[in-house]
Amino acid sequence: MQLFPCPFCGPRDETEFHYGGDAGNARPDGADVPVDRWTNYLYLRSNPKGAAREVWVHMNCGEFFVMERDTLTHKVLSSADLGGGHAA
Amino acid sequence: MTASRLTRGGSAIDRTRPIRFSFDGATVEGFAGDTIASALLANDVAIVGRSFKYHRPRGIWGAGVEEPNALVDISGERTTPNTRATTEPAREGLETRSVNATPSALADRNAFLDRFARFIPAAFYYKTFMWPDWHMFEPRIRAMAGLGKVDAGWTSPDTADQVNHHCDVLVVGAGPAGLAAARLAAGAGLSVTLVDDQQRPGGSLGHRDGEIDGRPASVWAEETVAALVADGHKVLPSTTAFGIYDHNLVGLNQRHFDGRPDTLWRVRPRRIVLATGAIERPLPFANNDLPGILSADAGLSYLKRHAVLAGRRIVVATNNDSAYEVAQAVVEAGADVTLVDIRRDGAPALPAKVRTIKGRALASASGRLRVEGVTLDDGTKLEADCVLVSGGWTPTIHLFCHAKGKLAWSEARAAFLPGDPVDGIAVAGAAAGAVSLSDVFASAEKAIAASGPTKVTVPRSTGPEATGGISAAWPKPGSKGRIWIDYQNDVTVKDVELAARENFVSVEHLKRYTTLGMATDQGKTSNLPGLALMAGITGRTVPEVGTTTYRPPFTPVPLASFAGARAGALMAPVRRLPLENVHRESGAVFQEYGGWLRPAHYGGAGADADRSIADEARRARQSVALFDGSTLGKIEVIGPKAAEFVDFLYYNTMSTLKPGRCRYGFMLSENGVVFDDGVLVRLDEHRFVVSCSSSHVAAVHARLEEWRQDRFGREAIYIHNATSEMATLTVSGPNARKLLETVGLGLSLDEADLPHMAVSHGTYAGDEVRIARVSFTGDRSYEISIRADRAEPLWAHLREAGKAFDAVLIGLEALMILRAEKGFIVIGKDTDGTTLPHDLGSEGPRAKRQTEYVGRRSLFTQEASRNNRLQLVGLTVPSGEPPLATGAHGIKRGDGRLHSQGFVTSSYQSPTLGRPIALGLIERGAARHGETIEIQHLGKISSATIAAPCAFDQAGDRLHA
Ligand SMILES: [Zn+2]
Repeated sequence: MQLFPCPFCGPRDETEFHYGGDAGNARPDGADVPVDRWTNYLYLRSNPKGAAREVWVHMNCGEFFVMERDTLTHKVLSSADLGGGHAA
Repeated sequence: MTASRLTRGGSAIDRTRPIRFSFDGATVEGFAGDTIASALLANDVAIVGRSFKYHRPRGIWGAGVEEPNALVDISGERTTPNTRATTEPAREGLETRSVNATPSALADRNAFLDRFARFIPAAFYYKTFMWPDWHMFEPRIRAMAGLGKVDAGWTSPDTADQVNHHCDVLVVGAGPAGLAAARLAAGAGLSVTLVDDQQRPGGSLGHRDGEIDGRPASVWAEETVAALVADGHKVLPSTTAFGIYDHNLVGLNQRHFDGRPDTLWRVRPRRIVLATGAIERPLPFANNDLPGILSADAGLSYLKRHAVLAGRRIVVATNNDSAYEVAQAVVEAGADVTLVDIRRDGAPALPAKVRTIKGRALASASGRLRVEGVTLDDGTKLEADCVLVSGGWTPTIHLFCHAKGKLAWSEARAAFLPGDPVDGIAVAGAAAGAVSLSDVFASAEKAIAASGPTKVTVPRSTGPEATGGISAAWPKPGSKGRIWIDYQNDVTVKDVELAARENFVSVEHLKRYTTLGMATDQGKTSNLPGLALMAGITGRTVPEVGTTTYRPPFTPVPLASFAGARAGALMAPVRRLPLENVHRESGAVFQEYGGWLRPAHYGGAGADADRSIADEARRARQSVALFDGSTLGKIEVIGPKAAEFVDFLYYNTMSTLKPGRCRYGFMLSENGVVFDDGVLVRLDEHRFVVSCSSSHVAAVHARLEEWRQDRFGREAIYIHNATSEMATLTVSGPNARKLLETVGLGLSLDEADLPHMAVSHGTYAGDEVRIARVSFTGDRSYEISIRADRAEPLWAHLREAGKAFDAVLIGLEALMILRAEKGFIVIGKDTDGTTLPHDLGSEGPRAKRQTEYVGRRSLFTQEASRNNRLQLVGLTVPSGEPPLATGAHGIKRGDGRLHSQGFVTSSYQSPTLGRPIALGLIERGAARHGETIEIQHLGKISSATIAAPCAFDQAGDRLHA
């Protein structure tokens, strides 16, 4: 079982976390966003092999944060909070 | 074979404590300290089981976890199938049975199958039972397949403990390498946990010669364990490290042997030392599976630990140095011994009194139910009642591989050894290929070198040293006779050859096609010989063939250990109402709704539920109903940006809501689909309460937090989930106001002060109460929220005051009827994963809103604008017909076929209207009111007329009545 570092609580079991999506998947605002741009935002994921930047939430404390990890080795490279609230 | 107990010796047994247990119905006598296997051997029980496929007689092979043959089902104190007799302590009164044998291992009635062996090779089933249909054959084959029998009627009276544990160093294996590593790590000031699957630590020191620091090896082992315990370190015997998982979490299963279930340990060590030893391999010769043919190391172990001599005329067959010590020991114990070594030279000094034949291999063994003799490859025949075999040693690298360690082939050792190191894991001792005690201790020192200087000196081997000379003796293609590779799964050399002929040459395919390395032993003795044979057949090297994937668990772990307390009511615990017990006293019948245990109705157990529910729904419309709505979400959104925030989260504009007022709205997902509906309450300029569906509270809370943290910032908004802090008691019906006036909540109930969709505050018994005029029934309703721990007196007061109005307690089922009469939806029931807000008749925000909100862009796609979308409607049936079935499809005809045009989502008999009512999602339904369509359910066709969703009080007068 993986140990994920919650920026608020420290290392905790992976079962306490939920995946929140790719980090950097910025939301395009507006009713006239081109449809392919909106589709990419909704559905297109990079699914990298190796280093990945992802948003996770620690369900126990409610903290959303960005975690960098290796999807192949499961090594956790870094974790940081969302930095006071602009789309990460 | 005439195995017997010697009159003296046996380091593990206590001759003052005789015990008796049964095997296949016969009594077996032994001593405390025996395993089931050692006691069976001492009683000369040769046949202990039948093989999986051919029902061949099988005897004990090993003395540890690798045992492929000697599996027993245990009943008595605790029913456990497929237990290895070699690791299971014999205990007074145990009832044990051989597996895959009826009525007994000795007289198995399926033994005839062996005579048909050449007709049932590998993959026989796949090829034979194809026509006409596998399912025709499946029941009978399934009945014959499998090993032990599960007692389906047995349930554990208690639950397994689960322990989370942290330490600096976890050492797996308490043989010489593990003991040395543990002691050195302790000397470096680290906290150490040492686990070993045997009852007595020491590993090979329990039966192999050795002298350490001038003392007998077994004495050194005991002293080392005592020193660790005295220093406060944890030593867990009878505990198997069965798996290493992500980030080096180690799973342990600890046995107790006192009637308690096993204990599961989840260990998070900083470092892991794997001192897991090595497992002896068989040699390939025809009929090498006969009872009486044992691993040489097992023969030595039974002799030294249990004083059991496995035979009188023993042939020791080997390709390596390690069997010489065994030959010496059994000859000294009184056996007539011949040692056959495939090597001509390079071996250790010949043991005294042992007849030795060099440069020869065993070609075959003979005997009907047990071994009676062997034939060498030059035709020499030797009588034997026991053959002790050593085909070399396979390091136990399973855990290393669980941790994604890669293996490196060693030609010199004829084995895979641990390759490049894995972070946080070191391998020591025989598992790393060390043979002599000096090498073992050097590897232990290296394993903990990273932990800093240690105050303990490295142990020194002061006695004779083992040597590791070996000449590989892999099974060869084209060999004569039936040569077993995998005892447990009945895989022979010919089966591997067949797999290769049919091009199943990858190890993973070989495993699945022949079952080599499957089942309870997972090929601990057979994997390497099997893949070496495949290498020989296909002209590749062993490392080119590679190994199959090692996966946890190393040995079988009871499901009870993994389950722990998560069974029965604790499997998925329900959430409970603060007033649950009060409702029970009122006759509530509880059901689970979205994770909450709530009153379905108040008719009492054994009542006609449908009648109780109809009665509650009817009476609620007549006077006044009391309902416990405490599960309703109450999530507070507080802060200067709160209004901007709820605007973004809701489909409906919420910032225009005035303080003290409520508004109904939808939350959408980013794909536009309606995610939740509910009422938003604005308490003041900067404070809202999100009143979401009961089963959606956690999800709505998470979504609010996500947008808060990932868009708006934490500084200007605070979110607090107050759902469980407050109970919400609902008073609904024409007489709701009159009832509340008699209770006295310290506020004005006048229409001007508390109109529909307004909120106000009062007090009850000194506590603040919040009262919202919100209705899910269509009648005048008051939702009263009060501290959960003070709700009981208020509920009692409401019920008492209600008597004058013939008030009725209603459960969730009656509420479902009331809301359906009004056409009020339940998200997820009356909507699905494609329903957009305008499908539900809420077109306004989509048409008019200029500001951004979640899901907005998705409402303007081609799909969202499709003109034949499913839309919310009411459905009425012809007079006298029963209610429609929920899930029934509206159909239309075309191309000679039926096509769905939507479906029924809610359907009830309305006691107030005296007719069935239903809601549904029907194609273009909003524009088709009055149209009659066909409805199909389970092949039966009826009709229904499309109507407005609201079937009762369309003008809404009752809200204000
Ligand atoms: Zn946290």
